[in-house]
Amino acid sequence: MDKSAAENRYLNGLRDGIPIGLGYLSVSFTFGIMAVSGGLPVLAALLISMTNLTSAGQLAGLSLILSGASYFEMAAAQLIINIRYSLMSVSVSQKLGSTGTLNRMGIAFGITDEIFAVSVTNPKQLGARYMYGLMCLPYIGWALGTLLGAAAGMLLPESIRSALGIAIYAMFIAIVIPPAKDSRPILFVLLGAVFLSSCFAWLPGLNRISGGFAIIICAVVCAAAGAAIAPIDQDDDSTEAPYGT
Amino acid sequence: MEHSLLIYIAVMAGTTYLIRMLPLTLIRRKIKNRFILSFLHYMPYAVLGAMTFPSILYSTSSVISAAAGMITACALAYMQKSLLTVAVFAAAAVFLTELVICSGLF
Repeated sequence: MDKSAAENRYLNGLRDGIPIGLGYLSVSFTFGIMAVSGGLPVLAALLISMTNLTSAGQLAGLSLILSGASYFEMAAAQLIINIRYSLMSVSVSQKLGSTGTLNRMGIAFGITDEIFAVSVTNPKQLGARYMYGLMCLPYIGWALGTLLGAAAGMLLPESIRSALGIAIYAMFIAIVIPPAKDSRPILFVLLGAVFLSSCFAWLPGLNRISGGFAIIICAVVCAAAGAAIAPIDQDDDSTEAPYGT
Repeated sequence: MEHSLLIYIAVMAGTTYLIRMLPLTLIRRKIKNRFILSFLHYMPYAVLGAMTFPSILYSTSSVISAAAGMITACALAYMQKSLLTVAVFAAAAVFLTELVICSGLF
């Protein structure tokens, strides 16, 4: 492998992004349906997808908007749920070589679990043109799927839209259970967070703390406990995507 | 809604973008600290666990239908079904349970 040859062709990026774009189409379709089921306008759902480009963060943001959380809680929740992107950005950063700051600021917008996975597993150094090509179809798929889902959601009868209220949480469950099956520490971190958040919801006194802050406290405490008791292997490098989307 | 939807979206988008952009432009070497790496590794599961339970129980028109949906979701997720499949079947379980509840009452 010639390490000096950087991968920097827009069309190659575009090609590598096709499967990601197709996958995003169906996931964002569901997000669109859920957003309008919760009462958001179609254009707001589309705007969220076009400016955020993240599955779990958008779902979390949607539930915070619907519960009327404060802006600070929104920022803190996004920080916590999306902090993994920082780690991915650090990894991708090392593949970009001499790419300038302005292009890095453009590429940053497209760092998702899948785009990260495809770019860091490419054996070559990467250039900005390749990265923009790679981001293109996933971005279009994400926006288009949201628009179609939101439009379809408007046509559904009230009883079905009400049943879809559980869909966000079902997706969260689908994200966390498979890795918890394979990893004992993840299972305990998960159960610890569920236990703590139940305390915040049901114990007198504790239940006066607002939902957004309760989630942040649960997350920080349980993740720190997991990190202290069962630290991951150094070589692991956190290259696997924690989310299925 | 007393908060502005546009400000919510701006806060979401701004925070998410900064998280991605700052390390990509500023940090050009690897994080080595084992505790920080482990903390970041476990964080998503802790967040999603806390967000899901017990809120899921109040996400539909009755706790019983929500519990039926939750059990369905857990079973399908355990069988490694896709996000879309799990979400659709959980919603279907809620819908059917609510039909049964209604028909039992009237």
